[in-house]
Amino acid sequence: MSSHRESSAMSARIAIDYVTHTFRGQPTATLEDVDATIQAGEKIALIGRSGCGKSTLLHMLAGLMLPSQGCVRIDGRRVTKPSAKWNMMFQKPSLYPWMNVRQNAALGLVFAGQGRSANTRVDALLDLVGLGDNKDANVQQLSGGQQQRVALARSLATEPDLLLLDEPFSALDAFTRSALQDEVAHITRQRDLTLVIVTHDIEEAVAMADRVLIMSRNPGTIVGELRVDLPFPRDRNRAEFTKLREHLMNKFRDSGDAHAAKPENIGKDDASQAAA
Amino acid sequence: MSIGEATSEQTPDSTRMRWRRSGGAALVVRGLHRAVYPLLGVAVLLALWWYGGHLIASDPATESFAGFGPGPTFASLADLIRSGQLWGIAYPSLHRIGLGLLWATVLGVPIGVSIGYFRVAQETTHIPFQFLRMISPLAWMPIAVLAFASWDGAIVFLIIVAAIWPIIFSTAHGVKRIDPLWFRVARNLGAGGGQMLRRIILPAIGQDVFAGIRLAVGVAWIVLVPAEYLGVTSGLGYAINDARDTLAYNDLAAIVVVIGVLGYALDRICLFLIQHFSWRVEL
Repeated sequence: MSSHRESSAMSARIAIDYVTHTFRGQPTATLEDVDATIQAGEKIALIGRSGCGKSTLLHMLAGLMLPSQGCVRIDGRRVTKPSAKWNMMFQKPSLYPWMNVRQNAALGLVFAGQGRSANTRVDALLDLVGLGDNKDANVQQLSGGQQQRVALARSLATEPDLLLLDEPFSALDAFTRSALQDEVAHITRQRDLTLVIVTHDIEEAVAMADRVLIMSRNPGTIVGELRVDLPFPRDRNRAEFTKLREHLMNKFRDSGDAHAAKPENIGKDDASQAAA
Repeated sequence: MSIGEATSEQTPDSTRMRWRRSGGAALVVRGLHRAVYPLLGVAVLLALWWYGGHLIASDPATESFAGFGPGPTFASLADLIRSGQLWGIAYPSLHRIGLGLLWATVLGVPIGVSIGYFRVAQETTHIPFQFLRMISPLAWMPIAVLAFASWDGAIVFLIIVAAIWPIIFSTAHGVKRIDPLWFRVARNLGAGGGQMLRRIILPAIGQDVFAGIRLAVGVAWIVLVPAEYLGVTSGLGYAINDARDTLAYNDLAAIVVVIGVLGYALDRICLFLIQHFSWRVEL
């Protein structure tokens, strides 16, 4: 365990090599020639309309799905199955109701055969995510935000290099959502984790990411990107934040269908995109 | 002065309120309330039985069957308990049903899990299982007698045949109801096949398995008595046959009461287990 930590950095580098995916029985490709590199420790937001394949792409990064063509590499190794080195969080917290908060958070460690040493580490994580007083609680009695915090602690417990988030805050109320966005942003930076978050929430993307990748649909592919060079913690009311949000909104709107934003249009100035 | 009056007036009232809020009175009242209807039901049943017994005893043509009335029955039951005979009669039956249910569970749960988990298993087994399920366990009786060397073996086989279907179907239903995301999250956290079974699938379906066993107990307990009419010389079914042959109708009725009471007790045990393994919380 510790030797594995020393041999690899605490964060993962991801290479997406011309990934194309067609679901069985569907005439058109869901993903087509998706090609991107995510640097170790980078925080990436993947945005796009529903049906653009962003969630499918995230499942491929997690090893929960395999692309029909192309491949995903993490730290140079081809991803074919899930691994303890990365962890995915879903829109639903998906906790196990027959386990209490602590048991849920420790589950990954139990699977790894480290159940005995789990308690101290898990307790520290639950304190970190603000559930210090609810360690023995029944997860069904927690609020949605608290449940997602348990899921976050569960994801962090196995000390992954990479955190993959599939719209994990979209079911929460606005206040809880922004609090959790800031916390995850803080924790992933503090621990130098690579972060990929799939979202259709523009503000979430600007609040959490260093770089936003914009996807189009029919076929799903990356059609643009935006750097977010704002310090942390990010104040959502600052002029730079609102400006970036608007800028991203415009790019996003243009990416609505592939005709308006063909790959060859990427990098051209906004005027040509607006004209298209 | 006026303040003193006010407090002296309030004191008895507020202590009563406090007592009620602490649950003392409310608990007693609620307990009585809950017991009223069940007790009423039992009373009606006893009254009907008594009236039936009275009719039988007062008609010269049926006088010899007066043992079926509640009076002689409970006298006989008290004798059976006091002499210790009852345990000797009931134990072989409980042993057979326990053995049958154990086998039905050991076989039924893995089959149910496979059917719930693998689509192929479900499609393959659907028609054969629905066909076999519809055959009365008692229809297997002659075959069971031929196939098993001992009468006991044949009876246990009949109980397995009766009990396995509800266990299989309830288990499969429970597995199918599992949130697919639970599997994905567990795989994502590094669960292997065995861990998935032990940590996720079995706890998730515990209550469904015991709900199946509860249904199985109901069927198996009904099948047990006629199955014990077979060659065995022990058990509740045998005792009924024996009592009929010796015209000891009060003993016969007492055994019938025992069958009902034991069946009810087995059902309560299952209900307790279902609740124990249930993780759903009423919010």
